[in-house]
Amino acid sequence: MTNRDVLIEIGLEEMPARFVTSSMNQLAEKIEAWLHERQIEFSGITAFSTPRRLAVSIKGTAQFQKDVNEEAKGPAKKIALDQEGNWSKAAMGFARGQGVTVEDLFFKELNGVEYVYVNKFIKGQEVRNLLPELKDLITSLTFPKNMRWADEDLRFVRPIKWLMALYGEEIIPFSIAGVQTGNETRGHRFLGESSVIQTAGEYEAKLKSQKVIADPAERKQMILSQIKQIEKDQNWTIPVDEELLEEVNNLVEYPTALFGTFEEEFLELPEEVLVTSMKEHQRYFPVKNKEGKLLPFFVTVRNGNDEHLDIVARGNEKVLRARLADAAFFYNEDKKTSIEDSLKKLESIVYHEELGTLAEKVTRVRKLTSLIAETWGLNAEEQKLADRAAEISKFDLVTHMVYEFPELQGHMGEKYALLKGEDARVAAAINEHYMPRNAEDSVPSSSIGSIVSLAEKLDTITACFSIGIIPTGSQDPYALRRQASGIVSILAENNTDVRLEELLESALSIIEEEKLAKDSVENIKKELLTFFKARVKHLLNERKVRYDLIDAVLENEIGSVSSLVERAEVLEAKRSSEGFKETVEALSRVMNISSKAEIDVAIDENLFENSYESGLNKKYMSILDEYASVKSEEERYEVLASLQPEIEEYFEHTMVMADDETIRNNRLALLSAVTKAIRQFAEWNKIITA
Amino acid sequence: MNIQDMILTLQRHWSQQGCILMQAYDVEKGAGTMSPYTFLRAIGPEPWNVAYVEPSRRPADGRYGENPNRLYQHHQFQVIMKPSPDNIQELYLESLKALGIDPLKHDIRFVEDNWENPSLGCAGLGWEVWLDGMEITQFTYFQQVGGLECKPVSVEITYGIERLASYIQDKENVFDLEWTNGFTVKDIFYQPEYEHSKYTFETSDPDMLFGLFNIYEKEAHRQMENGLVHPAYDYVLKCSHTFNILDARGSISVTERTGYLARVRNLARKVAKTFYEEREKLGFPILNKKEDVNHD
Repeated sequence: MTNRDVLIEIGLEEMPARFVTSSMNQLAEKIEAWLHERQIEFSGITAFSTPRRLAVSIKGTAQFQKDVNEEAKGPAKKIALDQEGNWSKAAMGFARGQGVTVEDLFFKELNGVEYVYVNKFIKGQEVRNLLPELKDLITSLTFPKNMRWADEDLRFVRPIKWLMALYGEEIIPFSIAGVQTGNETRGHRFLGESSVIQTAGEYEAKLKSQKVIADPAERKQMILSQIKQIEKDQNWTIPVDEELLEEVNNLVEYPTALFGTFEEEFLELPEEVLVTSMKEHQRYFPVKNKEGKLLPFFVTVRNGNDEHLDIVARGNEKVLRARLADAAFFYNEDKKTSIEDSLKKLESIVYHEELGTLAEKVTRVRKLTSLIAETWGLNAEEQKLADRAAEISKFDLVTHMVYEFPELQGHMGEKYALLKGEDARVAAAINEHYMPRNAEDSVPSSSIGSIVSLAEKLDTITACFSIGIIPTGSQDPYALRRQASGIVSILAENNTDVRLEELLESALSIIEEEKLAKDSVENIKKELLTFFKARVKHLLNERKVRYDLIDAVLENEIGSVSSLVERAEVLEAKRSSEGFKETVEALSRVMNISSKAEIDVAIDENLFENSYESGLNKKYMSILDEYASVKSEEERYEVLASLQPEIEEYFEHTMVMADDETIRNNRLALLSAVTKAIRQFAEWNKIITA
Repeated sequence: MNIQDMILTLQRHWSQQGCILMQAYDVEKGAGTMSPYTFLRAIGPEPWNVAYVEPSRRPADGRYGENPNRLYQHHQFQVIMKPSPDNIQELYLESLKALGIDPLKHDIRFVEDNWENPSLGCAGLGWEVWLDGMEITQFTYFQQVGGLECKPVSVEITYGIERLASYIQDKENVFDLEWTNGFTVKDIFYQPEYEHSKYTFETSDPDMLFGLFNIYEKEAHRQMENGLVHPAYDYVLKCSHTFNILDARGSISVTERTGYLARVRNLARKVAKTFYEEREKLGFPILNKKEDVNHD
């Protein structure tokens, strides 16, 4: 009995680099799952990939599936035996079906009923006969983008060129899309040749001799050490962007890093432009000196060996030169255009058919900015700067550079604004008003940037909602969720009292002024609040606040987001501390009973019947001032928690639902007042204490 | 190698692979794909192997002959093979060798690039081919043409002639490229580049062009009703080119743009469908043709 190695290789025309790693993992996972499902033992599994191949090698695959002993259950005893106690037709049929005789049957109880059973032994099949099933496994691979080719019906990531499937030295026979399995692999497109693989064990080494590094980790390591070598030889710093490295690694089968240069004069271009040209368009690694300043060099990774590198470098330099010359042309043209001329052009760009031009959007953002700036507490000078920042926030969208490099919107705005003599705070805000650009990005660091960013995003969201563009499920074409999360993050990070509800009302008032709303403002506001609560919830989830605590702080209005987040985090921190349970129970009890209050009456101290009523009332009066005067939410929590003894004693000695209506209403009035005070912090009775 | 020799070399190479050598189609168009020899023939089950040079007009890229890299009109060498042959990548790489590009001395890579032309209802998957970092060829497996699923699938190879020549001849400025002995691109194309740019951006009459667009569109629909696919398609091309001039001129706002593109797309879809039906009526004649083409 000998174990054998299995090797599967799918040879393809060049796959998209971004799909290579995930496809390799998918193939390995599917094969492993199949081995488990089929009860085939093996000692190890290794995956390989290059742009032209996905491969998996299974070490020590058993010759047979595991044997299985199992009991097969038949009909109930009363059906299996006839009245004379002989085997019935049903029992004989069952035995026949299981390939045994009635002599092999026995009885066993299951849930109080006796059934006929038979011991079944399933001999494991020869793995050799099962391996052709791998065909269906390969065709079941899924890719983010599929294609067809020639006359084939199969949809796959790219056309299949060859298939290798080995069981030991044997070829596992199957074919996919007209390609028959064999034992031949192909080497590097230019440096290698086809090569017969006898067994899985020699796969890597044989491919290496054909100038293919099949192990992606090894390939990546080669690139890294080559880059390190260049760094060392030239005394440079080459920051290696992990994402770019991964992409480059999946564009080559045999990597050789080399460097090229460009004219120093291009260094006058903004760094973002140079880096984008090199990284995004050419997949080059930019080069810096030890002080972190960009140098007129780049590193590229060739799919080939180290011969004729001078030709390759020269070619790449020529391409980059043309790109940078284009960029320099755009940069100089843009410098000639005044901001005011650019703003004029915004008037002819449609932002959205129903929401007007970009210029009209900017006008709305400007109005909203001034409303927010005031409540935010900016001084007169800052308010003026915020207004200017909002006014010119979009001017760079009509520059040549942003047309060519859309990912530089905002960055170019800042650069150009500075060149054109705008205040540095205004320039910075143009860039910052797009922040946070994604979930990983930070929020604006300046108040002005934060305010314009809030205004821009609030306008986008309220405007979209008011014409019925509301995200549902996976449908969110305008990325409104991301923008709402941006708003929530900005508010959470800035210690501001500005209430989210107020911001939404301001934004809606402008929408209303412009008569854009298709629905009643009340309805739109309701939708917006639900939408924003979900974003706040998302943020608190990410900060690992327990779900019931989130519900407790989100039950009422959102108010100041930073305060809300702080309250949630205080609860999360306190929930495992001593006394939390008692505090929550006491406060919840007040809230629960006070909900029975039917009429609104003033508290009349003369109607108190015991000292505990007046005690609670006194305590309540004293915490009102305290609650307002302390600074942190943790202190506020402690202030409310200090009510606990008075509440407990009160309930111990007081029958709230007294028969006398006047007394009852007075007691409910006190509890309602306390409820109103403690509810500012959280809806305590939503908190689970166990 | 001058451009003329490059074209001759590519023609010889693809002729040897069984391609019919065709001449450029005589209606203005933005890309070789829009030639009926590609757009229409990629539709339906009939095999089709052709190669041709296509002068392609991009009004928005006009630069009065002043930009070293951009042209109002450039040239594409276009190859269509249906069904896509198994060894198409190798055939392509052979063509580069024929042009004197030794892969061992360069870095040649197939980098993912999916191609879409919504105005023609076309979509395909493939690559841009990089030669030492420069995109020299678009390589596409058509998946959909004129809104119809392709079966079998055609492969389209589009060489950017001027791009490739600037590499082969090692020139920085497209106008310095040698077309043939003693003639540069500048000698032949500078004046039309300048004049077409001036026309596109300054002297063209948007009102007249809008009028033409409507007339062409109407005529395309009318001819399709008669089942006359090719005359109809000529008018679709004219619509498309007219739109491109208006767009370059800045006469079409963003909102209107969507509307005009939709009109061209509708035409293209209708032509594609009509072409399929007309070929079907004829019994897809090329399908039954014996492989008796003689190549030398």
